[in-house]
Amino acid sequence: MKVVVLKGGRSLERGVSLRSGARVEDALERLGHEVVPLDAGSDLVRRLNEERPDVAFVAMHGLGGEDGTAQELLEILGIPFTGPGVAACTRCMDKVLAKHAMREVGIPTPDFLAFNQTAFRELGAADSLSQLEQRLGFPLVVKPSRGGSSLGVKFAASAAEVPQALISAFSYDDRVLLERFAAGRELAVSVLGDEALPVVEAIPADGDSYDFEARYEIGRTSFVCPAELSESERAAVTEAALGTYRALGCSGFARIDLILGEAGPQVLEANAIPGLTDTSLLPQAAEAAGLSFEQLVERILDLALQPSAA
Amino acid sequence: MTETPTPPQRRSAHTSTRDLERYAGLFAERTKVMRSSAMRDLMAVTARPEVISLAGGLPDTSTFPPKSFAAQMTRIAQESAAEALQYGPTEGFEETKDCILQVMGAEGMLPDPEDIIVTTGGQQAIDLVCKTLVDPGDVVLCEAPTYPGAVPVFCSYQADVIQIECDEEGMRIDELEALLDRLADEGRRPKFVYSVPSFQNPSGVTLSLARRRRLVELARLHEILVVEDNPYGLLRYSGEPLPPLYQLDGGDFVVYIGTFSKILSPGIRLGWAVAPPPVMAKIVLGKQASDLCTSTLTQYFVHEYFAEGQWQSYIEDLIELYRGRRDTMIEALREHFPAEATWTEPEGGLFLWATLPSYIDTGDLLAKALRADVAFVPGQAAFVDGRGRNSMRLNFSGVGDDEIREGIRRIGKTIAEQVELYGTLTGEQPAAPKPVVADEEQGDVLPFRKAGEA
Repeated sequence: MKVVVLKGGRSLERGVSLRSGARVEDALERLGHEVVPLDAGSDLVRRLNEERPDVAFVAMHGLGGEDGTAQELLEILGIPFTGPGVAACTRCMDKVLAKHAMREVGIPTPDFLAFNQTAFRELGAADSLSQLEQRLGFPLVVKPSRGGSSLGVKFAASAAEVPQALISAFSYDDRVLLERFAAGRELAVSVLGDEALPVVEAIPADGDSYDFEARYEIGRTSFVCPAELSESERAAVTEAALGTYRALGCSGFARIDLILGEAGPQVLEANAIPGLTDTSLLPQAAEAAGLSFEQLVERILDLALQPSAA
Repeated sequence: MTETPTPPQRRSAHTSTRDLERYAGLFAERTKVMRSSAMRDLMAVTARPEVISLAGGLPDTSTFPPKSFAAQMTRIAQESAAEALQYGPTEGFEETKDCILQVMGAEGMLPDPEDIIVTTGGQQAIDLVCKTLVDPGDVVLCEAPTYPGAVPVFCSYQADVIQIECDEEGMRIDELEALLDRLADEGRRPKFVYSVPSFQNPSGVTLSLARRRRLVELARLHEILVVEDNPYGLLRYSGEPLPPLYQLDGGDFVVYIGTFSKILSPGIRLGWAVAPPPVMAKIVLGKQASDLCTSTLTQYFVHEYFAEGQWQSYIEDLIELYRGRRDTMIEALREHFPAEATWTEPEGGLFLWATLPSYIDTGDLLAKALRADVAFVPGQAAFVDGRGRNSMRLNFSGVGDDEIREGIRRIGKTIAEQVELYGTLTGEQPAAPKPVVADEEQGDVLPFRKAGEA
């Protein structure tokens, strides 16, 4: 089969995407496919038209590749592709949309408020900051609505730290959310097809769950898979993850990040196209389920080519 | 690119996460402090061709005449092919040392050739010095901010790095003194003070003469070494030359690091270190273990190049070029950066350092700037302790005047948006726009504000 691997692009997560893509290419070659790597640039459509692949493996992260942009083009060109369609991508990429969708179907997610820049610049939203801080309490987490990895995510321990955190978050997106800080264990549930894979737990090495950057530095966070969970905990976590997956309309695969606190799981976000590098969580979870990386890639490809997948 | 060639024996790369764990069990302690981060991934984006990069530390090699390069390499091929392709002595060729003596002589230094080792770039010299001197946990002192490329070297030898604040006259020697006393009380003797005294990377500031004198005095008094990294010494665009620390000290307590990277080419990877004989003996052993010898071929190239006797006039050309670019950048900063920003006005080198209001995180600002296709180095890279978040390093040697102006304009616009937004969020009015000063250099020299200061 001729498979185009879409990677790179202009996203801030270009580096991760190139690593995901390279690893997928290796696996596809070993599986005997004809592989065409494609760094998404201004010639993307032309190249796709030239190549006419049987399927496109989308290994792009962040804006441009994970937000539905590339998917839209692939749909227009009639090329089947891996992972979710445009609508699901749009919802997953935008944390505000995703959280609204979760709320609507009763999936627990930390309380939040969202603002766009216009609200502050033109509508005087700054005057409402103290009220919303009262509602959410401290510490709170400020995030760009659309952004990946830990980029632009800041904790604010007090009201004085909020404006600065907002400035950072607004560097990545015109819309930001302020979210109540959810204390608890950090879990990631990868979903493949319609099944939840074994749960991964992220344990910060120095016990500092306020440092988002630590999560991306090998050695500063350790990952346990499968996470040690009681039967009822596992059931609750899996249900929340699968519920999120369905609510956002994901297909093929996804990774749901959540916090398991005293009151049960709270979903933070869903990643429509989770990382596939050798340190990424989805491949770890697949492996814990007995799937090699090749088998994982083959399964993702199969799911893309199922008639119902589109 | 229509068809991917399938290399016949390509290693089945990174097979599984289990493998990663298996390797992780083998990793040395020191790898734990070698960091990769989301921010580093962000820097990958700066390499896009449409990005105006003020992030690099690149000299402009486009002015080097291809004809003379071709002639020199041809001469090597015709006259010394066998030797140029052979191993050479670990210490480097005597002829290379002659060239080094000329360069150091131009700044008033006259070391014994026996005390010189030719290295694979100045970077290897930093590495060899650490390899020779630093045990895990040893204290190493350096400037705050320091050369970002030195940080991973110090970290990989598990040094306990302590940074000393700088102001417009360079490292605060009074703080160094206090620190040395405190360390002495704790029974700890730092191994060395690492300093880039002239046109420092990243801040652009130059250590004043009085402080230079005091620094070498202190080294003598405490019997610690000063590692003087001087890649830019000859690239002075204004002001009076200052004696290098090596010259002031006479070479007893100063290890000197030099390089051909900024005065000829970084691609040839040719640098050197000068150290007191006992230290040099160990450095040579370390170098032997690292790579046996520095590239013979590029040493031959340097011999040929120096034999033509034009190296100083090439530096004069570079000075002319970079002086113009520095002035262009400063002019653009005055025009486009908000009144809340300050920056250094270096008398030489390749970089200046801008400090923004404390609420701006330049790592996040970079993400925003990249959307406008412009890049810089966030200040955090120059600190070991997370400081410098509101500062940035700007390079003025690597791109032309038009790109400098446009790059600074875009960064300025990005900053202005954040300043305005902050004003909206807090109800504070941003400061009034700064009047553009048409004066010559001294007209509007802004102090080098300490990083982390509000």
